[in-house]
Amino acid sequence: MIELTDISYGYDGGELFSRISMEIGPGSFHFLTGPSGAGKTTLLRLCYMDLMPSGGRISVFGREVGAMSRDDIAAARRRIGVVHQDCRFLDHLPVIENIALPLEVAARRPEPENLEALLAWVGLSARAQALPPELSGGERQRAALARAVIMSPEVIIADEPTGNIDWEMSERLLELLIELNRMGRAVLIATHDLNLIRAAKARVSARVLRIRDRRLQAAGAEL
Amino acid sequence: MTGGRRLKGAADRVVPPSGFTARLTQFTAAAMAFLAVFALALSLAAGRLAERWSSELARTATVRISAPAGQMEAQTEAVVRVLEATPGVARVRVLSAADEQALLEPWLGPGLSLESLPVPQLVEIIESAEGFDATGLRLRLQAEAPGAVLDDHSRWRQPLVAAAARLRMLGLVSALLIAAATGAMITLAADSALAANREVIRVLRLIGARDSYIIRAFVHRFTLRTLGGALLGTLLGMSAVLLLPGPGGGGFLTGLQPQGAEWFWYLLIPPVSALVAFLATRLAALRALRGIT
Ligand SMILES: Nc1ncnc2c1ncn2[C@@H]1O[C@H](COP(=O)(O)OP(=O)(O)O)[C@@H](O)[C@H]1O
Ligand SMILES: [Mg+2]
Repeated sequence: MIELTDISYGYDGGELFSRISMEIGPGSFHFLTGPSGAGKTTLLRLCYMDLMPSGGRISVFGREVGAMSRDDIAAARRRIGVVHQDCRFLDHLPVIENIALPLEVAARRPEPENLEALLAWVGLSARAQALPPELSGGERQRAALARAVIMSPEVIIADEPTGNIDWEMSERLLELLIELNRMGRAVLIATHDLNLIRAAKARVSARVLRIRDRRLQAAGAEL
Repeated sequence: MTGGRRLKGAADRVVPPSGFTARLTQFTAAAMAFLAVFALALSLAAGRLAERWSSELARTATVRISAPAGQMEAQTEAVVRVLEATPGVARVRVLSAADEQALLEPWLGPGLSLESLPVPQLVEIIESAEGFDATGLRLRLQAEAPGAVLDDHSRWRQPLVAAAARLRMLGLVSALLIAAATGAMITLAADSALAANREVIRVLRLIGARDSYIIRAFVHRFTLRTLGGALLGTLLGMSAVLLLPGPGGGGFLTGLQPQGAEWFWYLLIPPVSALVAFLATRLAALRALRGIT
């Protein structure tokens, strides 16, 4: 569904990737790993069309990203749920409205029951009316996940979803992502937390990709 | 139904409220509308004046003949002949003794006998639309009837009509400048709101909002604020204009009050302000979105 072919990218400094390729197929589960600063976030941003590659082709849901209009990109993003590294909420709206925002901007009406079920699923029923700055780190991550899945996206991309939360909460988040994968969604998680990858591999067949020396390699047995 | 309203409310709320900018925008829109009312009032009154002066007075002129009693009739006939042969003269009327008496009565009192006074003979000229050549006519009159003097009101009236017309233009230019200044002000306010909400716009784009959705959220807000302010300003401006002394006092200053269909032009101020705000915000939003994926 998301296909990167011979992608190169770099900020003004220097080249971060050189001719890397990757494919996110339906129902797949991928981890993207590598040390901090390796370019995980950058690669994910390329996947959700927040950045355009300097070389190579990206196709999303069968369409070349370079040939898509801004409205096409908006439409494609509705089919990709993203949990951003820094979560990014509208701080003046309560959690429940932030979670429903993707529906709102797509002019779709939130079903109150679905919204409540979703809140319960991520364990935020009691925090529905809180403002984002009042949430703890774990609560923010779960709210971000709820917002990412509210449109029933075909692909879920999570950038360091367990970044600054304790292990117990990390496992819970991982459990939610695995559950989504069992429901047929493709999942792509960027993390430098090898424990998280190990915990996942026990429960789901996941591929692990590592960024090293500007290339992408399949990481295997050593994990 | 309630869902629809809920959604619409939420669309407005994705942009965080900013009380101060909102009030500034409203205040400026009100002030601009207030000024626009006066620019319009000035322009309309000047236009009315120019029209009246040129239509009431411009189409007539008089020839005054002063001659010894024996030559009066001959010179009058000569004048009429010359006038009838002059292009641009539509009609010629020799004023009778009774006409002249009526004209002089306010000054000299009733019961006056014209025979006892050396009253000049007056000949009234009604011009055709294209008018006549006053200089040429004067020369011909001099040759044919030495006692005839052409009194051409339009000579001294012309600069007044021109001044009134220029005043009307100035009023219109002021109104246009006010509209442009409103546009510039809204652009500045919208730019600052868009810059302050850059992060909000980024989030909206990332979760799949189309540009049109984001533009609408800002445009809606600024258009409504401007419309509200302009309504208030127009209302206050018109109240002030209506409080000026009404017509009847005579003179230009008392003619500022709108008349008849002119009300329509004032009613245009709020919607035109709103339209200016709509376009300015839209352009500002399109510019802001250019840098956001
Ligand atoms: N917007 C940016 N402009 C310039 N350099 C950037 C930007 N974002 C990231 N970088 C640099 O690119 C490299 C990769 O960053 P990132 O993709 O965030 O890595 P990771 O997510 O693996 O930690 C880092 O060296 C970072 O400093
Ligand atoms: Mg990162």
